[in-house]
Amino acid sequence: MSTLDTERPDPAPAQPRLRKRRSRRSTLTRASGVGLGLAVVWFSLLVLIPLAAVVIAAADGGWSTFVNTITDGDTAAAIRLTVAEAALVTVVNVVMGTVIAWVLVRDRFWGKRVLEVVIDLPFALPTIVAGLVLLSLYGPDSPVGVNVVNTRQGIFLALLFVTLPFVVRTVQPVLLELDAEVEEAAASLGASRATIFRRIILPALAPAITAGASLAFARAISEFGSLVLIAGNQPRYTEVASLKILKYIEGDQQAAAASVAVLLLLVAVVVIVVLDIISRRVAARG
Amino acid sequence: MADAIPTPLDAGPTREARRRVRSKRGPLAYVLRTVVVLYLFFLVVWPVSVVVQRAFAPTDGKPGGVGPLWERLTDPAAIYAFNLTLTISFWAVVINTIFGVGISLLLVRHRFPGRRALSVLIDLPMSVSPVVIGLALVLTYSTSLGIFGDVMQATGLRIINSTPGLIMATAFVSLPLVIREVVPVLEEVGEDSETAAKSLGANGWQTFWRITLPTIKWAVVYGVVLSAARAIGEYGAVRIVSRGAEFNGETATLLIQNEYQAFNEAAAYAAAFVLVVLAVLALVVVTVIRPQESHRS
Repeated sequence: MSTLDTERPDPAPAQPRLRKRRSRRSTLTRASGVGLGLAVVWFSLLVLIPLAAVVIAAADGGWSTFVNTITDGDTAAAIRLTVAEAALVTVVNVVMGTVIAWVLVRDRFWGKRVLEVVIDLPFALPTIVAGLVLLSLYGPDSPVGVNVVNTRQGIFLALLFVTLPFVVRTVQPVLLELDAEVEEAAASLGASRATIFRRIILPALAPAITAGASLAFARAISEFGSLVLIAGNQPRYTEVASLKILKYIEGDQQAAAASVAVLLLLVAVVVIVVLDIISRRVAARG
Repeated sequence: MADAIPTPLDAGPTREARRRVRSKRGPLAYVLRTVVVLYLFFLVVWPVSVVVQRAFAPTDGKPGGVGPLWERLTDPAAIYAFNLTLTISFWAVVINTIFGVGISLLLVRHRFPGRRALSVLIDLPMSVSPVVIGLALVLTYSTSLGIFGDVMQATGLRIINSTPGLIMATAFVSLPLVIREVVPVLEEVGEDSETAAKSLGANGWQTFWRITLPTIKWAVVYGVVLSAARAIGEYGAVRIVSRGAEFNGETATLLIQNEYQAFNEAAAYAAAFVLVVLAVLALVVVTVIRPQESHRS
């Protein structure tokens, strides 16, 4: 931005000097500079300023108010429940996601292509529909006689549904690229299947699994739509962080809502940083 | 898919040979396959099929089938909800496509201070909770609470509890989708043909319309389909910024919630059925486009 501001009023004579500086710092032409300016303004109005407003609202009452809000009985319980459920769901996803990716890549059977579509379905379905979908089978008039409404198992199930594709979709491409020859070599040298998996396959998949796991964890922490109909919002039992925020907003306690929201924002930022580090490390390794 | 095109990957043992090695399977493979199929069946396939079934099921003594489903969907409240959802999604997708293509070009083709920070920040909307997004917009644009509240009050412009707010919330949640698709393609094709066009005297617009846009065409279409699917299905952020009352800011997803909680499950299942169909349609379109893209590059 600062380059653009100093550039515009500059008259023509300064051109050669400017060129030189530009080639070092930026390659923006006048038109693309204006475009960048517009894009940054829109991005700020839509994303940056509103997110900053959340942080400001949370910081408004000072540090002690913030700490008091998030350590308050019900809120603290909601945060604990959210983290615990998200962690549990992530663990299941790490195992099941890797297994699913493995089956999709290495196994061949009739109907495999259908499974590919099924994996993506939880992404494509609106979250509120995801909740309704699970309720129709595991809800009040369940045809199988299971009712998870207003239970922690219900939250677990909903989170499992919405996070299904993350680990599968990050592990699958890596598994496709994995060279079978290395495994064969290991096998011919007498390595058992377990050894091959532990020493060869797992290390290769580890960055992808970590990336998928962080995405799944972040999604589980912040999930809202699919839980609205299922979780039932019982304080200290089935109330998760996002629903607590909703309750605060509806009770006109915006500052308290912002405090919990800042925690969720922090998780989002940490996950983005982790993913960035992983992708750069993988890129560096080649 | 790409079997016909020889790639560097195919050097050495043929694909077929490799595949044969890989498909050597013991009992473990069958166990894993069964586990995966059962897991997906109980978690996704069966529940989704029950929703479809419920949409056509007889309710309240009325017979089921296509007729009653159509009746529930052509109810004025449902028509209003779907109309609103489509309007919002249309504008959000238009905004995100223009913004997305523009920012992708800037990020890939130009160097400027803050470029890396911008490319990281662009991804932020996807990992922020929808509720937080809604709250963020309220804290910025609401007339009573927002930091721009005075401006809103003075200009008479309403964003929260009105359609512009819904469009902003929807644009926010689907912001990076076009960019994520376009950036890799731009990076891969390089700028040789663009430079060539420019050296032959094409101006910026001509280069964009004749060279750049055709190369990223499928990536843009792909991003648009993903954005549209996400926009139509958005619930959390919309719930916070909208009044969400019948004929007053009730989108299709809010309609599902309201009807379900009002014990009017038939209407909820009917609307959900439409959204399920749209989601599956989007998935199909996306799988059809994908191979085309890999053929081209």
